[in-house]
Amino acid sequence: MRVADLVTAAFLMLIGGAVIADAVRIGIGWGTDGPKSGFFPFWLGLIMVLMCAAIAIQALVRASRRAFVSRAQLRPVLKVLWPAVAMVVVMQWLGLYVAAAFYTGFSMRWIGRHSWLAVAAVAVGFPLVTFFIFEKWFLVPMPKGPLEAWLGY
Amino acid sequence: MGLENLLLGFQIAVTPFNLFIAVVGITLGTIIGVLPGLGGANGVAILLPLTFTMPPTSAIILLTSIYWGALFGGAITSILFNIPGEPWSVATTFDGYPLAKQGQGGQALTAAFTSSFVGAFFSIVLITFFAPLLAELALKFGPPEFFAIQFLTFSSFVGLGGGNPLKTLVSILLGFILAAVGLDIVTGQLRLTFGFVDLMKGFDFIVAVIGLFGIGEILLSMEEGLSFRSARTGMNLRVVLDTWKVLPRYARTFVRGSVIGFWMGFKPGGATPASFMSYAFAKRFSKHPERFGKGELEGVVAPETAAHAAGVAAMLPMITLGIPGSPTAAVMLGGLIIWGLQPGPMLFKDNPDFVWGLIASMYTGNIIGVLMVLAFVPLFAAILKIPFAILTPVIVVVCAVGSYAVHNSMIDIWYMLVFGVIGYVFKKLDYPLAPLVLALVLGDLAENALRQSLIMSQGSLAIFVTRPIAGAITALAVFFFVLPVLTPWWRRLRGRPVGAPAPRET
Repeated sequence: MRVADLVTAAFLMLIGGAVIADAVRIGIGWGTDGPKSGFFPFWLGLIMVLMCAAIAIQALVRASRRAFVSRAQLRPVLKVLWPAVAMVVVMQWLGLYVAAAFYTGFSMRWIGRHSWLAVAAVAVGFPLVTFFIFEKWFLVPMPKGPLEAWLGY
Repeated sequence: MGLENLLLGFQIAVTPFNLFIAVVGITLGTIIGVLPGLGGANGVAILLPLTFTMPPTSAIILLTSIYWGALFGGAITSILFNIPGEPWSVATTFDGYPLAKQGQGGQALTAAFTSSFVGAFFSIVLITFFAPLLAELALKFGPPEFFAIQFLTFSSFVGLGGGNPLKTLVSILLGFILAAVGLDIVTGQLRLTFGFVDLMKGFDFIVAVIGLFGIGEILLSMEEGLSFRSARTGMNLRVVLDTWKVLPRYARTFVRGSVIGFWMGFKPGGATPASFMSYAFAKRFSKHPERFGKGELEGVVAPETAAHAAGVAAMLPMITLGIPGSPTAAVMLGGLIIWGLQPGPMLFKDNPDFVWGLIASMYTGNIIGVLMVLAFVPLFAAILKIPFAILTPVIVVVCAVGSYAVHNSMIDIWYMLVFGVIGYVFKKLDYPLAPLVLALVLGDLAENALRQSLIMSQGSLAIFVTRPIAGAITALAVFFFVLPVLTPWWRRLRGRPVGAPAPRET
């Protein structure tokens, strides 16, 4: 936990530093019509840097030595995370519905070891239902790819 | 006084279309409440884009119904699966799950739903009478008062939230910083974009909510390796009626829970402490405190009454002051802005049909809700029998759909994933997420109030102390901020050990 706490605090301090720098660039003082754009962000950034320093000191003094995440815990987390990232990457070219079909099917087969029949049914059925609810009934467009174009949407 | 207005509201809420909307909302909400990784806040956030084309009153009825449903759904998983769907249902598991294991799940569920209903109803009645008064008072507020109230909102997270006050403060600051990214609407200047075109649009809080609560929660529940072993529902009409015969015995607990819930609930982050406090009081005043934790019906009644009373009370500051008391209320507030309504006290003057339709729908929604969950508990509980390998991708895809729909932009889906990882890390390191979301929603409003106040005073911060109302609110806020420093000192003075931090709201 200590290392994770320190890394997070350091990362947030970096963000705070960047905020301060940008605020100073655009002006933190009093302009012609009240406080300048950088006024509010400057104080936010400054207090955040100070608080993160305090958190880091706190972590050094009394944080538990328990691991932030064990290898056994991390595995199922990554099993969800990387296919999700892959789906979003694929979505750029194939659209949301096709990507969702691949993602659902992959997860069911790889993690759940469901039968191919069940995989096919859910992987096709679920994006279809989503398509009708969002695209048809509520007219909320989703990213689409070549398949939808071929079908005329 | 407010009665003819309420009547007007009922004429709006009790149209067939709006009743249908309420039923749909409660069904979706209960499903959302039962599913891991989906709670009230992100459920409402995901479905918000669907309401863009609806009339505002129907839209808010849909969103509030989802909220009621999610509150009911949390009780189902707590009692049958020993998994609190929401942090305020943690106390419900203490006696609810033992009851279910002893084959009295039906009694526990009936008690939970009825208590929820009673608590909610109590708060709605109070809202009906207090909301117009509070709005009237708030009309006199200027920018300094509004900034003071926002200051108070965030100070109560630091002072009353439990957990590490430094980390709470950092969460708030991060939320405000994310809100500041992009175009400064006052001066028209770009800030914190560091030359990236994508950052010009800023961060949308809906995407943040979906990522932090939705994706983050899924990653967390994956890590814990949840397996759902259900106790039997054992629900039928007989059980419901028999339990109702027993419940009047707990009249005192109902009243106590409702009052605690309402009092804690209109302040941010109040639902969870309210449920624990109500449970503790019920145990202390009980004739059989030793039975608590082993399956005492009163141990279900107490936290559920308080949690629902608090959940409803969180709507009070949202509709009267434009300041949400919970992340879910924050998402609804965002909805108001998108539908073209100005949140705050003017709502009662400008859009009485909207406000009173909303208040009336709280009555109808909760009545429909309690009847529906009582009737269909087994169906809702069956959702958790769906294997994880199917549930997880479906939830992730639905989250992605919700994020994309906000602005029709692909970058939002990436932000959702990033916020998901942030949510996972923050949750593990005890950085609270609710204040971050609230700060992100309120960022621009708070900054404007601060700027206008400073213009009024020509740059002097004294304006927040010298105006009477603002001064009183600021004083209370400062008290909350120093509370974490005072509490251990006070405890030591009285010779009590420094207690463990209370569980917090998400």
